[in-house]
Amino acid sequence: MRRTLPLHAIAWIVGAFILVPILYAVLGGFKSTGQLSTNPFGLPDPWQSGNYTEVLGAGSFWRQLWNSTFIAVTTTVIVVLLSAMAAFVFARFAFRGREVLFTVFTMGLMFPFAVAILPIFVLLRTLGLLDNPLGVILTQAAFGLPLTIIILRGFFRGIPGEVEEAAIIDGCSPFGFFWRILLPMARPALATVSVLAIVGSWNNYMLPVVVFSDELSWTLPLGVQQFQGQYASDTARILAYLVLAMLPALGFYALAERHLVGGLTAGATKG
Amino acid sequence: MTTLTRGPEAPARPAHRRPDPRRRRIRVTVTLFVLPALVLFLLLVVAPIVVAFYASAFKWNGFGGLPTNFVGLDNFTRLLGSDLFHQDLRNLVLLIAFSLVVQLPFSLAVAMLLNQRIRGRAVYRLVFFAPYVLSEVITGVLFSLILSPGSGLANHLLGFVGLESSWLSDPDTVMYSLFLVMTWKYFGFHMMIYLAGRQGIPNELIEAAQIDGGTSWKVFRHVTLPLLGPTIRISVFLSVIYTIQLFDLVWILTEGGPSHASETMAVTMMEFGFGRNQVGYASAISVVMFVLSFIFALFYQRFVMRRDLEGASTRMGDHR
Repeated sequence: MRRTLPLHAIAWIVGAFILVPILYAVLGGFKSTGQLSTNPFGLPDPWQSGNYTEVLGAGSFWRQLWNSTFIAVTTTVIVVLLSAMAAFVFARFAFRGREVLFTVFTMGLMFPFAVAILPIFVLLRTLGLLDNPLGVILTQAAFGLPLTIIILRGFFRGIPGEVEEAAIIDGCSPFGFFWRILLPMARPALATVSVLAIVGSWNNYMLPVVVFSDELSWTLPLGVQQFQGQYASDTARILAYLVLAMLPALGFYALAERHLVGGLTAGATKG
Repeated sequence: MTTLTRGPEAPARPAHRRPDPRRRRIRVTVTLFVLPALVLFLLLVVAPIVVAFYASAFKWNGFGGLPTNFVGLDNFTRLLGSDLFHQDLRNLVLLIAFSLVVQLPFSLAVAMLLNQRIRGRAVYRLVFFAPYVLSEVITGVLFSLILSPGSGLANHLLGFVGLESSWLSDPDTVMYSLFLVMTWKYFGFHMMIYLAGRQGIPNELIEAAQIDGGTSWKVFRHVTLPLLGPTIRISVFLSVIYTIQLFDLVWILTEGGPSHASETMAVTMMEFGFGRNQVGYASAISVVMFVLSFIFALFYQRFVMRRDLEGASTRMGDHR
């Protein structure tokens, strides 16, 4: 135990570096802005829940939460479904042009999103998809395809051919095999890519800020940014908003940590 | 690339004259399954990037169909001669240097620390990675409050030792502040990659070196570090590619200021593209970002990661 004391000390310092900003936000939300400047470190005295309850009482927070959730879930369903279909074919069928086509998708990993943002904006405007969640959803899904396809293809390849042969002999069509056998078997991999897609969508800022000008469509990141501008002098209230906006992400992280980390390390090494 | 054909329908049998219904069904399946992804990908990823290249040769405000006012390479000569772009390049080099010299070694050290048998390491791991899950906007707003020159937490803390600073509003310190925030948010990601890489190294190798009498530093330097090579090279790769397109965090923290001191290429691109409707010029900036990423990736994979890919392919007899 004594030998590990220096290790613990370092871990504590790094932990403090990470946690102090977050704790500052959580506690700051329970202070008034006046308290925050006279008493930046200590516990709130008195504790005030007003900042939090006011944010929760305003409709805009809930609307943004809903928008973020809707966009993240829809993006995820689309990108995972389309990727699974493509990865299935790439993993288990031999056809001319397969490797070329697969390489085209993997090249997508190399395309910085920022490069495409201006033409995407023009395209979405032409299609009438500005201020429409679909504009964000479809674009996010498209940029999510490469990584999702790569991870799923790797996983699908690992499922033994005998399973497929047995299914075919029992009269399963390729689609039936894909839908009723492969996807259920691939549940862990699907969970991993879904978590990646949800987190990616949840945190996206550049695309929604360009697509959504109407406040009713805003996602949480846009709401947070706007709130900071609106209450620039009321630090405590901004902190409360920040904390409430953090909670869904942190809660999701606590639930899905293993899939997220697994996906990132798989994505990092396979990309 | 690979001749591996795992599907049960490998085209091994000779082609018949008569159309084989089974093969036709497979072709239909392949088409139906790939087409949706392909259409989405071509429409929203490939086409926009091609259009960005095209638009960079025009003086265009972004309105009305396709651009018409062809100016050739003028946007690029204007860009390469502009002070703002030079500032962007300096900032890019600075951030990459910081990341490679400070952030990644720090992440590696923390990963090695958490690889030790210390109590509560699962909790440390969870906590250190947590900022990665928070959006850039939340991180940015949080730190713009903490680093605010008047009442921010940082100055309250450092006031005790006389180290107050204006952090984000001083051109001399803004890049350091930005890097500090980047480290807060991203070191956990690299730490996780290193931890995963470390788990791929058989413990016997490390133990053998320890038995041979190596100090822990020597074992790390001569055994662990070389074996982590592939992992480190990937982490460097991701870090550089990410830095080339850095936008969200900078935009929220400083909008590139004060007086463009913390501006990145993506910020400049957004300013010209959406702020001033100079879409042609902004497209030239995004093309430069693309070319930088692409050249870097090409050279890096050709010269730095080649060894890893070769190793992988000989080991597993199949590379992708």
